[in-house]
Amino acid sequence: MTDLNTLTIAEARDALRKGEVTSLDLTEACLAATEGAGALNAFVHPTPDLARDQARAADARIAKGDAPAMCGIPLGIKDLFCTKGVPSQAASRILQGFKPEYESTVTQNLFDAGAVMLGKLNMDEFAMGSSNETSCYGNVVNPWRRAGDATPLTPGGSSGGSAAAVAADLCLAATGTDTGGSIRQPAAFAGITGIKPTYGRCSRWGIVAFASSLDQAGPMTKSVRDAAIMLEAMCGHDPKDSTSADYPVPNFEAALSGDIRGKVIGIPKEYRMDGMPAEIGKLWSDGAQMLRDAGAEIRDISLPHTKYALPAYYVIAPAEASSNLARYDGVRYGHRAKLAQGDGITEMYEKTRAEGFGPEVQRRVMVGTYVLSAGFYDAYYNRARKVRTLIKRDFEEVFATGVDAILTPATPSAAFGLGEMTNADPVQMYLNDVFTVTVNLAGLPGIALPAGLDAKGLPLGLQLIGRPWQEGDLLNTAYALERAAGFVAKPAKWW
Amino acid sequence: MSIDLETAARVAKLARIRVDEDALPALAQEFNTILGFIEQLNEVDVTGVEPMTSVTPMRLKRRADVVTDGDRQAEILSNAPDAREGFFAVPKVVE
Repeated sequence: MTDLNTLTIAEARDALRKGEVTSLDLTEACLAATEGAGALNAFVHPTPDLARDQARAADARIAKGDAPAMCGIPLGIKDLFCTKGVPSQAASRILQGFKPEYESTVTQNLFDAGAVMLGKLNMDEFAMGSSNETSCYGNVVNPWRRAGDATPLTPGGSSGGSAAAVAADLCLAATGTDTGGSIRQPAAFAGITGIKPTYGRCSRWGIVAFASSLDQAGPMTKSVRDAAIMLEAMCGHDPKDSTSADYPVPNFEAALSGDIRGKVIGIPKEYRMDGMPAEIGKLWSDGAQMLRDAGAEIRDISLPHTKYALPAYYVIAPAEASSNLARYDGVRYGHRAKLAQGDGITEMYEKTRAEGFGPEVQRRVMVGTYVLSAGFYDAYYNRARKVRTLIKRDFEEVFATGVDAILTPATPSAAFGLGEMTNADPVQMYLNDVFTVTVNLAGLPGIALPAGLDAKGLPLGLQLIGRPWQEGDLLNTAYALERAAGFVAKPAKWW
Repeated sequence: MSIDLETAARVAKLARIRVDEDALPALAQEFNTILGFIEQLNEVDVTGVEPMTSVTPMRLKRRADVVTDGDRQAEILSNAPDAREGFFAVPKVVE
């Protein structure tokens, strides 16, 4: 058998059920891979003892014949998820030392299904970033490099640790979260698959909140089939999250027939941005041709408000963040600044938050504070929410004409170098999410999957956007595209 | 719309984030860049459009108004930077 850490979830599940391998074997292989991958800085709080305990329990369960698909599968968990008794600090200094007394619903669902946690994964601070350069743990390094060039590249963000860990085979899969593209953009930069489900599919309970009306959890995996298996285990109604949908969870894997004959795939003209690299344009038209060859109808569509999605997002997300992050006050958990003689409670708040939040988080909290402040609420926040209504309407109108899914590039470029954007203004970094952010604003499911390599040998991803609650159909279209694209490249090991 | 130093200082105060005097000009500059980007929203005709309140139309669930959880003082205080005698402790609030 090949190195066990390189298996997909589906392969490992089948081998576990046949008794060819144990969860403890899989777990040890992943732990060994993790130990040798310090240079990637993906795992920031390893939990090897917990992982071994969970693996033994999973093996006992499998032996009894009671084995859900995720039973015994070693995973990495993004640091944004609260995990009981295990540091959970959203890559922020302000949550230093925080060990939750409770478990997030998504991780609890995974553990109930028998999954194994190898540790917590690096990310951008409070999930605010597109390059994993805002983390208090330092940068994550992408396992991919440009051909003949050792420049360290970003794995994308905010789920950069998740993307790097899956791409480097440190785990079989990982959890991510996506507020504006934080699953799909790093998946594309690291040559893996990531799906953000419909808003409300996954409970947000116990996931450190960034922008509550946009945040969704999802799996980051080595294949579309794995995404289907793991998503099913993650989602479901939760009374503890009033926005979690009380719909039955379908068997997503059963939807993977690969038959997309007669499906209508929309190609939105507004996503053909000025200055788009020729390679991205070609990848996109190649992807459309693959779907056409598989029997789908390719149709040009228009989503006229696309260009206003990023500006609307950069009002709504900071506004919600400024409200959500008000809880970090140095009183109930995490860091409290050392106070000077005579300092009162206001000084405690201000010093704690200045020390605890990094520059990007401070910037967004303050922008959010500004757009919500008296006199500007209507001009900025309400206007952005109206534009959001129009962005969602664009999609509704397209779906009403019979379009089943929409094909776009996942990102405007391949992975860029760490530090390359340091001197750019913040808006330049925000443009990374130009293709993904509309999906969060409209609450839709979106999946990114690797579809090719650029001239320098870096992976490029395509995105498919589906109808609300139709993740099964979306995954099946992605499955057809995955088979046609035949992407099998892996980063050459240098770490 | 342009943010001056006074506005930047006021926003920092509202957000309860201490910003040193000499960091204010750079902060104001960044605000202006971001707000300049956001200004594009003024091009959109939003006449008669409702601001979105919920991305998925759904009724919030109801439940009986009963206590479902509690008696967790030790757990709740376990992460506090300063807890004393069963309470969160903070610097003096009132003189």
